[in-house]
Formats: sequence, C-alpha cells, structure tokens
Amino acid sequence: MIINHPLLGPRDSSEFVYLGDACLINRPDWQADDALDQFIEYGHTRDNPAGLHRELWYHEQGDRSWLVVTRNTVTHEITQVELARDVARAEGRSK
Amino acid sequence: MHDLAPLCALGGAEPHTDQVAGVTLTENPGHGLASVAARLGQETACADHLGTLLGSDAPGVGAWVRSDPMSAFWMGPDQWMVSAPFATHEDLAAQLIQRFGTSASITEQTDAWVWFDMQGDGVEQVMQLCANIDIEKMPVGAAARSVIHYMGVYVLRSAPDALSILGGRSSAGSLHHALLTAMKSAL
Repeated sequence: MIINHPLLGPRDSSEFVYLGDACLINRPDWQADDALDQFIEYGHTRDNPAGLHRELWYHEQGDRSWLVVTRNTVTHEITQVELARDVARAEGRSK
Repeated sequence: MHDLAPLCALGGAEPHTDQVAGVTLTENPGHGLASVAARLGQETACADHLGTLLGSDAPGVGAWVRSDPMSAFWMGPDQWMVSAPFATHEDLAAQLIQRFGTSASITEQTDAWVWFDMQGDGVEQVMQLCANIDIEKMPVGAAARSVIHYMGVYVLRSAPDALSILGGRSSAGSLHHALLTAMKSAL
C-alpha cells in the first residue's frame, strides 16, 4: 500500500504507523457540562465503516508528520491524504 | 573546576575514520547544531530570518542549503536544523535566539547527534543497503529523514560521491556498526 504524502510524495505504508480514527483530533472541551459523557464517547466509541474511513497515520520513518488519510476499508484505496495540522487548523483546533 | 577532556561520539579523543575499498567513513565533530521551529502565526517571519542567515530562501521540502558559516536543512513543516562550525559557533542556539526572537523556538542540538561523512565511489550502493530512500534520485543539496537499523537518521547529499549521515549520539556506535557493515557488504 502506498501513501501519497502531501509533501514528500508516494511512500510505502511500512514507513508509517497507524493510530486510528481521525476523530481523535476533535478532543472535547473538558469544561463542558457533559464533559464526562463526551470523553467517554471520544475515548471509546468508534464507527467501523465498510467504506471510506478518515484515519490518522504517523510518518515515523520519515518526516514525523501526522497525516489524515482517507482510505476505503474494503478496497484499501486511498483517496485523500492531508497533513493533520492543516485539518486541525481548518477546524479551529490548533491555537 | 573540573578538567574534562572532550570526546567524540564514538569515544575517541580524535574523530574515528574507516576506509573500505574507495569509500571513507569519518566521524565529524565539527558542527554546532540547533533546531528552529516556527511558532504558530510566525511562520513567515521565521523563514525570513532563516533566509537572511543563509543568504537565500529557507530550505524547502527535503532541501539542504549550505552557506558560510550557517547551513540548514528541512526537518518538517516550518522546522529546520541549522548547523555552523563548532569552533566558532559553540553557542549556536544562543546566537539564533537573539536573531529569531519570538518567531521561533530554538533548541540546542549539538550534543544530541553524531555526524558521519561518507565519501567515495560507491556511497549510493552503501546507502541502498541501509535505508529506504531513493538515494539515486537525491540531488546534491537534498536532505531526507529515514531509518537505518531501526535508528532515526538524516541523510544529506553533499556531493555526487558524498553523503552525511546524522544519527542519535547515544547510539553512535550502533550506527557506525550499521554503516561499516553495509560498506563491507556493498563495496
């Protein structure tokens, strides 16, 4: 499987470490009234789609960047690769 | 006052050198190092400071800009490693903090790394055995982060027949073993 790194170009997936669902970027507000429920959801509950899945990959044997990879869990086809920091900033996460 | 003798990363008072066929591998303790990471919102200011230091643009993705006395290679988005001669820039990080102000976070790196220079006919064949990088496609002035024997390294191309390899100083002996073994195998 080849991951098309947005900066470095196509790289073998063996250079990367898989973390899991990219929803981990959306860390809940710890001061919210229902923070406990939100963190239980955040920490434990995952969708398990047969199809497109956004997931976090870490380029450990390369530039050490975190990527958000959109992968089809049925075919392994990768349709989009973004720098996780760009995704986080676009969602107002990185301040 | 302590009277401590400075040692090279491999433990000798003088840099260690090996030769296999036409390739020499030399430990190079002559570089002071500091990392530069742009702070959020200061990316342009940081890159401008770095460009001024180098007399050119800040290195782009996978690039290594060499000038006198400062050089720098790209480590990641908005992050660079700056090097300068140790003899004149032992306090490189402190100098860079003065220059960059609040635009970047500067970290002293000199004693974190061992710097090997590999030169001679066949360095590409040696690196093909060592790391999963397209060494043939790396032009002079390219920099790549990779892994050799499970150790994170930077590989810099300084000439068609010369590479520099930076690895963790605490595993300098293991990296030296890996490089020397590959030289003996490939050459």
